[in-house]
Amino acid sequence: MSTAPVEVDIDEIIERYPGKQEYLIFLLQDVQSAFRYIPPEALELICDHTGVPLSQAYSVATFYKSFSLKPKGEHQVKVCLGTACHLKGGERLVDDLERKLKVKAGETTADLLVTLETVNCLGCCALSPVVVVDDDYLAQATSGKLNKKLKSLAAQ
Amino acid sequence: MAETNVAQSFTERRLGSAADLKLYQEELLAQKDPQQAEVIVCYGTGCLAAGAEQVEAALKEALDQAGLDTKVRPLIKTTGCRGFCSRGPLVVIQPEGLFYQKVKASDAEEIVQTTLVEGQPVERLLYQDPQSGEPIPREQDIPFYKKQHRLVLGRIGSVDPTDIRESIAAGAYQALAKVLTGMSPEDVVSEVEKSGLRGRGGAGFPTGRKWRGALKAIEKKGRPVYVVCNGDEGDPGAFMDCMIMEGDPHAVLEGMIIAAYALGSEQGYIYVRHEYPVAIKHLDLAMEQARSLGLLGDNILGSDFCFDLRINRGAGAFVCGESTALFTSIEGLAGEPRPKYVRSVEEGLWGRPTVLNNVESWANVPLIINNGADWFAGIGVPHSTGTKVFSLVGKVNNVGLVEVPMGTSLVEIIEEIGGGVPGGEPFKAVQTGGPSGGCIPYSLKDVPVDYDSLSKVGSMMGSGGMIVMDERDCVVDVARYFLRFLEEESCGKCIPCRLGLTRLREMLDDFSKGKGTEKDVEEIESLGEAIKDGSLCALGGSAPNPVLTTLQYFRDEYLAHINERRCPAGICKELISYQIDQEACTGCRTCARLCPQEAISGEKKKPHTIDQDKCIQCGICLESCNFGAVQVISPALVSQKSQEAAS
Amino acid sequence: MIEFKINDQPVEAQAGWTVLDTARQYGIHIPTLCHHEAVEPSGNCRLCVVELRDGDWSKVVISCMYPVQDGLQVYTDSDRVKNVRRWILEMLLSECPASSEIQRLAQEYGVEQTRFAIHDPEEDCILCGLCVRTCKEVVGVSAISMVGRGVHKVIGTPYMMPSDACVACGSCVTVCPTGAMRRRLDLVRGEPKTRMAHSAV
Repeated sequence: MSTAPVEVDIDEIIERYPGKQEYLIFLLQDVQSAFRYIPPEALELICDHTGVPLSQAYSVATFYKSFSLKPKGEHQVKVCLGTACHLKGGERLVDDLERKLKVKAGETTADLLVTLETVNCLGCCALSPVVVVDDDYLAQATSGKLNKKLKSLAAQ
Repeated sequence: MAETNVAQSFTERRLGSAADLKLYQEELLAQKDPQQAEVIVCYGTGCLAAGAEQVEAALKEALDQAGLDTKVRPLIKTTGCRGFCSRGPLVVIQPEGLFYQKVKASDAEEIVQTTLVEGQPVERLLYQDPQSGEPIPREQDIPFYKKQHRLVLGRIGSVDPTDIRESIAAGAYQALAKVLTGMSPEDVVSEVEKSGLRGRGGAGFPTGRKWRGALKAIEKKGRPVYVVCNGDEGDPGAFMDCMIMEGDPHAVLEGMIIAAYALGSEQGYIYVRHEYPVAIKHLDLAMEQARSLGLLGDNILGSDFCFDLRINRGAGAFVCGESTALFTSIEGLAGEPRPKYVRSVEEGLWGRPTVLNNVESWANVPLIINNGADWFAGIGVPHSTGTKVFSLVGKVNNVGLVEVPMGTSLVEIIEEIGGGVPGGEPFKAVQTGGPSGGCIPYSLKDVPVDYDSLSKVGSMMGSGGMIVMDERDCVVDVARYFLRFLEEESCGKCIPCRLGLTRLREMLDDFSKGKGTEKDVEEIESLGEAIKDGSLCALGGSAPNPVLTTLQYFRDEYLAHINERRCPAGICKELISYQIDQEACTGCRTCARLCPQEAISGEKKKPHTIDQDKCIQCGICLESCNFGAVQVISPALVSQKSQEAAS
Repeated sequence: MIEFKINDQPVEAQAGWTVLDTARQYGIHIPTLCHHEAVEPSGNCRLCVVELRDGDWSKVVISCMYPVQDGLQVYTDSDRVKNVRRWILEMLLSECPASSEIQRLAQEYGVEQTRFAIHDPEEDCILCGLCVRTCKEVVGVSAISMVGRGVHKVIGTPYMMPSDACVACGSCVTVCPTGAMRRRLDLVRGEPKTRMAHSAV
């Protein structure tokens, strides 16, 4: 597969599940986590395997928020917009990050470094407002803390 | 940490009968020395995010260095959420029960030296009574825990959820054993009916009646019948189901296995939100360990009863918490709900009879079986029995998970357990039931928290989010927030929800800009009713609730926005200005450096000013000021630009 | 026979009928957009709402899927019903301003104009999904589907490219209540030239 990183074996992923419609979402999830998106070739292979019409699989892939048809960035910046985070200024952080990264929430920077996303409640409301960068939780996040974090991503 | 020989015996063991399980529990308990020290590190999401992993690593290292293994070797273990999230990371030392809060990795050495070697508490890490300032050494004496009645959360915080032996030692699967050895399926269903347990996911449908309905449907349609757990907890600000799945996955499994026995189901599904990877991991481990012991899968505890479970991860769609959408998603399709004129117990997953219950409901089942329906019905109030877990968040001192008997009043939960609003003023409102619920004002603070009382005041129990708001929270903004959330999560299938939520939100957007008339307020109510009546599923059907209840209780605040162009809470951007208090400003330049508009000017060590024409009300100056010098003014200062435009 | 009342008029229905089936049998008019005999009901346009009453209790349901029961009291034109229809039509007027069917219905239910902003004056698709259901259930090729979610939802083909699965039968155009599929058909089946290129491959 031309679009796949060499180490990912799409056939191995497909073979993990029986060829039934009920495994469509499982397959899409595994492909998404391996490739950071759903390449068109993979979607067709999944359809061949599960017997789901392409239009229906496409419908599923565009319905759920965790699937992406475009490659996502190397780093994920997720701003929590749960209610507690909202009350403590979560939107302000989204606006701030949109300005800093020059993308809208849900988009990926042109250099494919960062995808900016919003999420609904990560269950650590005591630390609100929370921003998660990859697996790192920024508690009581502020514009200043985000500046530092983004700089460290660019430096990596 | 687990000793290797015990771990081996665990994987080799298969429990052939209920008596065998009892024996195994006794063996496990006998292996434990009650006097042995245990260092428990809370691994709830809040503590993890606050650095619990680093604390655990530092404690391990300090224990190794202290050479304690020559004396009584302390066990170090990690557990699910202890609930007191705002005080994390939490560490508890057993058997004394010393409760350490806000622990840092750098505290590890002192904990080991002072407490484990010398047997003294580390005073500065103890919780201090906010009134007297006295340290409170033990968890159970802290006001946050004192008023709680932790049953569903009972094992969480004392067992390592990744090791089934810990849960078995603490009594897991005894209810299953009881059911398999002495209760008929009919006994089980009537016990659950008698307990009065109602669905903890939101609507509060009686669980026993649901199971009974499934039995009747099976009579008509035969089997298969499915047992499903709704772990798609999506309400923002609600995380109790997550903590139950993470902290005591066996309680959920046991509840489901018991229902499967009662209904004759062979296959069950647990649908978990994908944002909860730890819950998925712990459930997976729990299932694997239960299978290897013979508690799940073929011939459970040596009987003829066979039942297995599978986890379906959600893929990012709030609407999948709605029962029919959840089924559609398990079937592998886009999670769009279906009209529910035929109930799920008759026609659910793959058109078959299906019992769907929420995580917390399932976790209540073993408690009912173990202690009896009468015991359960004796907790809480007549039509809302048992306890309810809430996630208490927002403008409240003690943020965390609390479990109280049904019928406890709002004010008891918020002020006695939650410690009230920071700053000491009364709370302004509390939002229960998430985006489908309502805002309850302080004047109704004595409302008992049970299904019927909450719906009487226009809100609902919902899954258990309880979001406290203070005077700096704007109800128009909160209503907009919930609408925007649901607008984004609407599946788009039916027109009232797909178009209506956007239109409703746009009308509120206008209010937040000071535009609109009192006539519009009435129109919002009318559109809200149309959306409630016209929508296909509960998402749209309840979406207008936050708007309608805030209009009911805080109409004046809405009118202030449109009549006076004023946001009393100082939140709505278009109606506020930021201004720097010339007395308080020290000229530290922090705000000026961070301002994205370069709107703040002033010399170093001299008071700064904000250029209102450049200011975009992003609030970064307010957030960054260490001296409280940035003030919010509403109505907004009219900027020069708009003045010129007007003249 | 199942006996109940529509607008206080006694009616009889056969088991398995819906309220809408019964109303039509008696010539009682209930407006619909997403309903078609040839495909399974989906219940998404919500225009066919009716109110059920029993003493003080009352509930709004969709007639196209509500199964008939003895003793039902159905009202097809109550205030609650009219409120739902009025708002749906006012919103559709701004959403699908190009559809003459929507304009006609709006007029019929007293909605003269819309207060909401019109984003696309050419738009005429109400996303009722009749085309998608027909393509799947009747034609059996599933060339089109719903794409996206919520406010971003559209009718389309995978990657919005002409579909190999499309047999150019035009059934979607026939069932479309607003005429929206007419101008979308070429996007689905491809221009005649591309189509030939496809079959040549």
